[in-house]
Amino acid sequence: MRNALGSVDTVLLLGGRSEIGLAIVERLVRRGARRVVLAARGASAPVEVLERLGAEVHVLDFDAARPETHAALIEEAAATVGDLDVVIPAFGVLGSQAVYDADPVAAACDVAVNFGGHVSIGLAAARRLREQGHGTLVVLSSVAGVRVRKANFVYGSAKAGLDGFAQGLADALHGSGARVVVVRPGFVIGRMTRGMTPAPMSVTAAEVADGVVEALDTRKVTVWVPARLRLAFAVMRLLPRPIWRRLPR
Amino acid sequence: MTTLLTGWGRTAPTRATVARPRTAEEAADLVAKAGRRGVVARGLGRAYGDAAQNAGGLVLDCTALNSTGLQPSWHVDSTGLVTASAGISLHDLMTALVPRGWFVPVTPGTRYVTVGGAVAADVHGKNHHVDSSFGAHLRSLRLLTADGSVRTLGPGDDLFWATVGGMGLTGVVVEATFQCVPIETAWMRVDVERTRDLDQTLETMAATDDGHRYTVAWIDLLARGGRMGRGVLTRGDHAAPGDLPARARGNPLAFAPRPLLSAPPWAPGGLLNRATVRAFNAAWYGKAPAAPRRIVQGLAPFFHPLDGVAGWNRMYGPRGFVQYQFVVPLGAEDTLRRVVERLSGAGVVSFLTVLKRFGAGTPGMLSFPMPGWTLALDIPAGQSGLAAMLTEFDGWVAAAGGRLYLAKDSRMSAATLAATYPRLGEWREIRRRADPDGVFVSDLARRLRLC
Repeated sequence: MRNALGSVDTVLLLGGRSEIGLAIVERLVRRGARRVVLAARGASAPVEVLERLGAEVHVLDFDAARPETHAALIEEAAATVGDLDVVIPAFGVLGSQAVYDADPVAAACDVAVNFGGHVSIGLAAARRLREQGHGTLVVLSSVAGVRVRKANFVYGSAKAGLDGFAQGLADALHGSGARVVVVRPGFVIGRMTRGMTPAPMSVTAAEVADGVVEALDTRKVTVWVPARLRLAFAVMRLLPRPIWRRLPR
Repeated sequence: MTTLLTGWGRTAPTRATVARPRTAEEAADLVAKAGRRGVVARGLGRAYGDAAQNAGGLVLDCTALNSTGLQPSWHVDSTGLVTASAGISLHDLMTALVPRGWFVPVTPGTRYVTVGGAVAADVHGKNHHVDSSFGAHLRSLRLLTADGSVRTLGPGDDLFWATVGGMGLTGVVVEATFQCVPIETAWMRVDVERTRDLDQTLETMAATDDGHRYTVAWIDLLARGGRMGRGVLTRGDHAAPGDLPARARGNPLAFAPRPLLSAPPWAPGGLLNRATVRAFNAAWYGKAPAAPRRIVQGLAPFFHPLDGVAGWNRMYGPRGFVQYQFVVPLGAEDTLRRVVERLSGAGVVSFLTVLKRFGAGTPGMLSFPMPGWTLALDIPAGQSGLAAMLTEFDGWVAAAGGRLYLAKDSRMSAATLAATYPRLGEWREIRRRADPDGVFVSDLARRLRLC
């Protein structure tokens, strides 16, 4: 159960090797979470750090590309640690637009993970949270989906879909005791973006995690990381198309 | 009906189905159909945390629960032995009993708790150092258990002491019989005195407590340095007719308290901040006499000053507040001093900080009081750094052999609970026998892994 000051007891991370996901889980464990489920492909995920911090860590096999397994996975996690206080789907793939242009099938598969996988996991998690009458689903959206750019429009359009899905789900869950926190980070410097030139207002996984933890403490439903991106995108959303498509990235 | 429920602190809402049984039979039917998320009883929702919440499950609003099928009722015999429906509030009970010359054996800081809640939390009051807690005056209770039967239990039964302080996790209290105390007036003879600092507060309390039935100290947590822990000590006894002002002598047992004010439902956050609380504290301290002075005061302003403001919990704004109440054994005054120093140094805003010396506890396995010092504070939930500071205090309290009050708690960890309630294992075993399938469960039970 979440306590009065925002600490939780159980956490389920889907994409158990995700840098952002693990950074969030680590913070939750430092603040009192004691039972963690890491769901990752091949059931391999780093448990040592979390165990050293005092958490009981379970690892489950999880494939984001197989939506038919997702409802069962949520049930298995709940059977392992009890009520799910926080569910964090943090899986995703970031391919280059050039590769997608050349390989439409690869593009469709990645969209299936980045959007479709989150839809099936999100709905299965929402059902569980609704039944238990409490809990938070953290949805890792991106500014890439706030206004889609030509430089990465396959990835961006999946995030746009995810963002819309998360907002709709948040409204659907309103009053159920469960809630959805939508996180919109800017360019995150890390493993997923290695070799790419950081965009303005880049952040680290740690900064994203700090933003998420702060939202869990309060009643915030949307988190921009860094916070000033919210203002930046309020402007960028209004840029005329001819200017938008000429942006260098 | 499903609805979002919180405790009095208005933090951590969860959703539950709420039903309002009027009889033990109706309650038994509801318990039988509870489903896998279980059921817990709720009274007037005055527990500060999540004790009367059951996320995704069933919550029984017991305020109409009684044995006659009509309305919550009570009966008093010529010796002051009262049998009351669990759903009746201490307010209703006092309104009926005081004019007849009886007073409840123990009252917490509010009259708006039910008899069932008073049993489940084994509530204490300003007379704990003399009279112990509610359970000590309880002669028998009727408990609806998971199998649908209503058992009559007395102090000779294990399940009785698992229920007293058991936070509703052994069943639903349907009725309780307890001994009231005779009074001659509805007034209190009160000695009020200011103290300069914490040491003087502790010394004066320890030295003079025993001469009075009711004592409590209010502490100004925002005073620092040499004035740290200064407070106002009030010590009272039931007044005799001769103590009363002339206007009250005609009807010395008249008692009809009403809330004077109501907090607006839209109160914004931040009303109770460092500046407003500092101003209140200074005024409150300044108003108290420097030398001991005797006054005569009504029962309600003496015992239940906050009941004068209906919905006062809303003054903390939408994020709510936490109440932190711990006890440390006598001899562990250093721990108390460290906590007060730290709170005072950090400028923690606590609107009502109350210090009290406890006497003997009851055999209730999860009952909170033990001989020692108890400090209770109300803190706005948004205060930064609060979670880490309270977690640190938990460690100090546990190391000193103390513990936290479950009816107030909304944030301790399961590990802290296990380390500070030595009879938890025994309680679990008795509960397991009474409720093998774990039908009775609450958010508090889940958070603290009680069951």
